[in-house]
Amino acid sequence: MSTSGSEVVRHADGNGAVGEPLPDRFDNPGLPPHRSRLTDTDPAAARRATRQVVALFTLSILGTIGFVVAYALVPDGDTIASVRLSNLLLGLGLFLAMFGIGAAAIHWAKTLMSVRDVAEDRHPQRSSTKDREAAVAVLREGAEDSGIARRGVLKGAVVSALVLAPLTIAVPLIGEVGGDWRVSTLRHTLWERGKRLTRDPSGTPIKAEDVTVGSVFHVIPDGLREGENADHWIEEKAKAVVLMVRLDPADLKEADDRKDWSYEGIVAYSKICTHVGCPVALYERQTHHLLCPCHQSTFDIADGARVIFGPANRPLPQLPITVDDEGYLVAQSDFTEPIGPSYWERLK
Amino acid sequence: MKAIADRRHHRMAPVVLLVMALLITGAVYAALTPTPAGATVATQTDVDAGRALFQANCATCHGTGARGGDGVPSLIGVGAAAVDFQVSTGRMPMQASGPQAAEKPPVLDAEQTRQLAAYVASLGPGPSIPAADQVDPAKGDPATGMALFRTNCAMCHGATGKGGALTEGKSAPSLGDATPTQIYEAMLTGPASMPVFNDANLTPEEKRDVIALLDEQKAGSPGGADLGGVGPVSEGLWTWVVGMGLLIGCAVWIGAKSS
Repeated sequence: MSTSGSEVVRHADGNGAVGEPLPDRFDNPGLPPHRSRLTDTDPAAARRATRQVVALFTLSILGTIGFVVAYALVPDGDTIASVRLSNLLLGLGLFLAMFGIGAAAIHWAKTLMSVRDVAEDRHPQRSSTKDREAAVAVLREGAEDSGIARRGVLKGAVVSALVLAPLTIAVPLIGEVGGDWRVSTLRHTLWERGKRLTRDPSGTPIKAEDVTVGSVFHVIPDGLREGENADHWIEEKAKAVVLMVRLDPADLKEADDRKDWSYEGIVAYSKICTHVGCPVALYERQTHHLLCPCHQSTFDIADGARVIFGPANRPLPQLPITVDDEGYLVAQSDFTEPIGPSYWERLK
Repeated sequence: MKAIADRRHHRMAPVVLLVMALLITGAVYAALTPTPAGATVATQTDVDAGRALFQANCATCHGTGARGGDGVPSLIGVGAAAVDFQVSTGRMPMQASGPQAAEKPPVLDAEQTRQLAAYVASLGPGPSIPAADQVDPAKGDPATGMALFRTNCAMCHGATGKGGALTEGKSAPSLGDATPTQIYEAMLTGPASMPVFNDANLTPEEKRDVIALLDEQKAGSPGGADLGGVGPVSEGLWTWVVGMGLLIGCAVWIGAKSS
């Protein structure tokens, strides 16, 4: 802005008003000039608009009739095709019936109803002095009548009652927040020494010889839905689900302290992602990669479920397994660390 | 006919003609789509013919002895099921190397595929092509199939079997076009990234239940257009772009002054 003072142009937006300050008040610009519509000046256009409105209402009527006819003549039936046809016809009828009325009303108002320009002035919000004085007088009279200034006990009683009443809401609310967070349940799953690995969802035990190289088994603990778990088995399942694969032992890299956690190349890992707990189950046989569908965390099953891509921060917990006397796969113990995503008390 | 002839210059006439053409094309396609042939018993003649086909189509990569090497798998012991799956879906012979063998129209016809499978099966014992009875969707239980599919298949192939993405350019294909035999063979042999579901993991009856479920999916989605069956991505795109766009369009029309 290097314009000289004599060439300054007055801009309402203030950007170019180098020389002159903005006025305190702008003048009322008034209403824009009235503009006639085509339907105001041309009778043919008005007749056309009338016909269009009538057509839209007629469309609505046809939609309603179509809906009723479809309801009566096209039942939803037993097949998916008949359900789809019924839904389509009912939906189409409903749409035309409603949209026709709405569109006709708007079109009618926009093209045919009068277009007087109306300006509504703002009114002061303050009540009249007389009303205000009357209101204050009524309040003062009430306070004097109650005698609250003279009777101290009464004042104390009413204040106490009003202060204490919200406790009926606050106490249960705060009481629920405190108390038992049941953090310990996050630390343990149903797996324990000697618990058989069974197929999800049938619950049948798995022999080590059934798990061929390249196979993947989705595993739940034996007796998941029995005994004391019967009413909350789904929570227990959500913690205990395991993915079990058999790799060529030559492909398997195992840490020294985990060498006895696998059996002949069969490894079992928690299926709960360590990022935010989605079920990690997209197993790629050739690369031994296990992919989480939620945020693409990728774990290398051949290398201790190491994180090789994505937001997960820890490997999936490994379930130590072995076989029992009958050749069925069993757990050696529970997981040795909490499964799933991090939480405050995880490392305590 | 005169009424139709009078209206041939009507401005809606092209639209009506287009709709009629689409309907006729669809009907003709549905009538002419071929149905897959069943498997039959292999003879020595088939094995010999299969060897010739193998030398012509497969030996370049898999070697004349089918032993593979240098990243190419050996075919000894893969069985007839693997050959039938790979060749009948057009994945083999492979056209170009990539993240995974692409599905394409099959190069060999059903008879040639059968002969090639007989030859590879003669190299070593492996899973054989399932009999028609094993893959008959009518004999499976789709409800059991759904429980099994949800646990074992849905994470990659999607809840309705429409497929989905894997890592590094690989993907799980849609199962909509796969024949019952191909679905059975894929479970049995574990092609490419897919794990193997042997008969101890999913019994032959359970495999047939899964096939019955996938056969039910061919009836279509009861909720109307499935938008690719890939979940919130396409549904969200539709809702936010098309749905909200229409609502904004209506709002603009309501607010605009009439001309």
